[in-house]
Amino acid sequence: MNADSNLSQVADALWKPNRGLNNFVQRAVVITFAMFALISIATTFGIVASLVFETFEFFTAVPIWRFLTDRQWTPLFTNAQYGIFVLLSGTFLTSLIAIVVAVPLGLFSAICLSEYASPNLRRWLKPALELLAGVPSVVFGYFALLLVTPFLRSMFPQIAGFNALSAGLVLGISITPLIASLSEDAIYAVPDSLRQGCYALGTTRRETITGVVLPAALSGIVASCILAISRAVGETMIVALAAGQNPTMTLNPFVPIMTMTAYIVQVSLGDTPAGSLAYKSIFAVGTSLFLLTLILNVFSFWFVRRFQEKYE
Amino acid sequence: MTSPNQVLQGDSCQPNAYKFSPALPSRYKTDGIFKALAWAAVVISLTVLVVLLADVANDGISRINWNFLTSFPSRRPAESGLLSALVGTIWVMALVALFSFPIGVGAGIFLEEFIADSFFENIVEVNIANLAAVPSIIYGLLGLQVFVRWLFPITGGRTILSGALTLTLLILPIIIIATRESLRAVPSSLRQAGFALGATRWQVVREIIFPQALPGILTGVILALSRAIGETAPLITIGALTFIAFLPPLSLQGLRTTFSVLPIQVFNWVSRPQAEFHLLAAGGIIVLMVMLLLMNGIAIYLRNRFQQNR
Repeated sequence: MNADSNLSQVADALWKPNRGLNNFVQRAVVITFAMFALISIATTFGIVASLVFETFEFFTAVPIWRFLTDRQWTPLFTNAQYGIFVLLSGTFLTSLIAIVVAVPLGLFSAICLSEYASPNLRRWLKPALELLAGVPSVVFGYFALLLVTPFLRSMFPQIAGFNALSAGLVLGISITPLIASLSEDAIYAVPDSLRQGCYALGTTRRETITGVVLPAALSGIVASCILAISRAVGETMIVALAAGQNPTMTLNPFVPIMTMTAYIVQVSLGDTPAGSLAYKSIFAVGTSLFLLTLILNVFSFWFVRRFQEKYE
Repeated sequence: MTSPNQVLQGDSCQPNAYKFSPALPSRYKTDGIFKALAWAAVVISLTVLVVLLADVANDGISRINWNFLTSFPSRRPAESGLLSALVGTIWVMALVALFSFPIGVGAGIFLEEFIADSFFENIVEVNIANLAAVPSIIYGLLGLQVFVRWLFPITGGRTILSGALTLTLLILPIIIIATRESLRAVPSSLRQAGFALGATRWQVVREIIFPQALPGILTGVILALSRAIGETAPLITIGALTFIAFLPPLSLQGLRTTFSVLPIQVFNWVSRPQAEFHLLAAGGIIVLMVMLLLMNGIAIYLRNRFQQNR
């Protein structure tokens, strides 16, 4: 009896390794990494706090109804007017042109990559398109201002030197890889058995794609388009360089306009002291931009969750 | 016997598929047009890429010389160079790499290996997905308010440190997402084997999982850094300058000096009306694109090696 319990004590001592240090290290690492993960939450709070703080100050100086109803955007003039819809119309116009370019280009590229290109070719084409996605936006701005605009003006002389059309076209090119890549993922994920089943019914390739594959991948495709709109709305350098600095409420793509992002850049480049109304106004514009993109992003995520087809 | 019409009315096909036409030649014709459109889209996208690169190379290659790389920007285009922007970019990117690698990878490991499928993980995941889609200029406003103004005593205002911290926050979501995907690709049998040997969770991650996932993680980090190197808007917003005629000292004080980076220098040159400056901009773009291509090349090389090993 006594010998037995001695034995078990000895065995226990042998069996249990000294884990004190290991557990301590693990706890320290987990706490540090948890802090790192919290930084992402803190970033969100930081964004909201810095936007809300200055925007609130802005709206104590400028009533919100003026922000929503003024017909002009002239915050740097003595007779200042603050109609956000002027900037919104600029953003809307460039994004609209961009999406008209990018959706067909991106979607057809995605179809080509996943349905028509051979696996070998696909291995080359996909990185090439990703390369297009990796081109910095300031390079696209150079392209829009110094190549596309002169080209457009040589065809239509009435176009101004800064215009929404060339900015929108290049913006569209810049978001095409996003649509192509995300849509391709969605199309590629459609199981082959669906295609084979459709072929067995005697359809042609195009009928299979438009009749079965695209509807099956629709949630991913729509989500990619919404994300692309959100990207176009928030894109800065192309519109700041090529679309002009002239806030006008217009849907004419041939004249200079100003987008929300271009306004933030214009004020940031100037010598605007912190605390001035112009300084606060970029945060008010930033808040509008943030809300707009947030709504688009949330809608896109919701759309995928709601309509995603699951194939096992 | 069911006719093809009835079969095609099944709900897996779109509702108007019952307009089944047996005229095969015309259907093949539509097929041909559709296929041509698909190829045209790819060709157009790639042509634009080629035209863009060729145009920039054509304009800028004459400006690339030793003088261009080693002189400061100037009002006279012929003497102007991008030394301060190049050094600024190297400073900022080194700091961004230094901050974002441990933070992003650590957060990714924590979320994937330690608290997977918990409530907190879900919140952080939704949060990160949203952050990844926030426009970069919003990060600029965040940096302007938090780093330039609220943390002025630490960062010293519109400095290299503020810029690096802003860009770090911008690319953290990308790194965290890439880290988690690489960790998820490591087979869980390896984890089980580690636990069976009596290792703690952290030992398993450190000795078994992390080395396996490292090439994938590095690819993600490099791609994120190559996004940061081209970012212009957030740095303009926090107030990086366009004309810097000195280099930051190689000390801690260097963190608190004002700075410029390549994309901002390019932006400044493009937005000037004189054509000579546009050539300088093209030269700056070439330098920027060479750095980007090098980084992308390394990332692709790592990815290919990674895929061969599995």
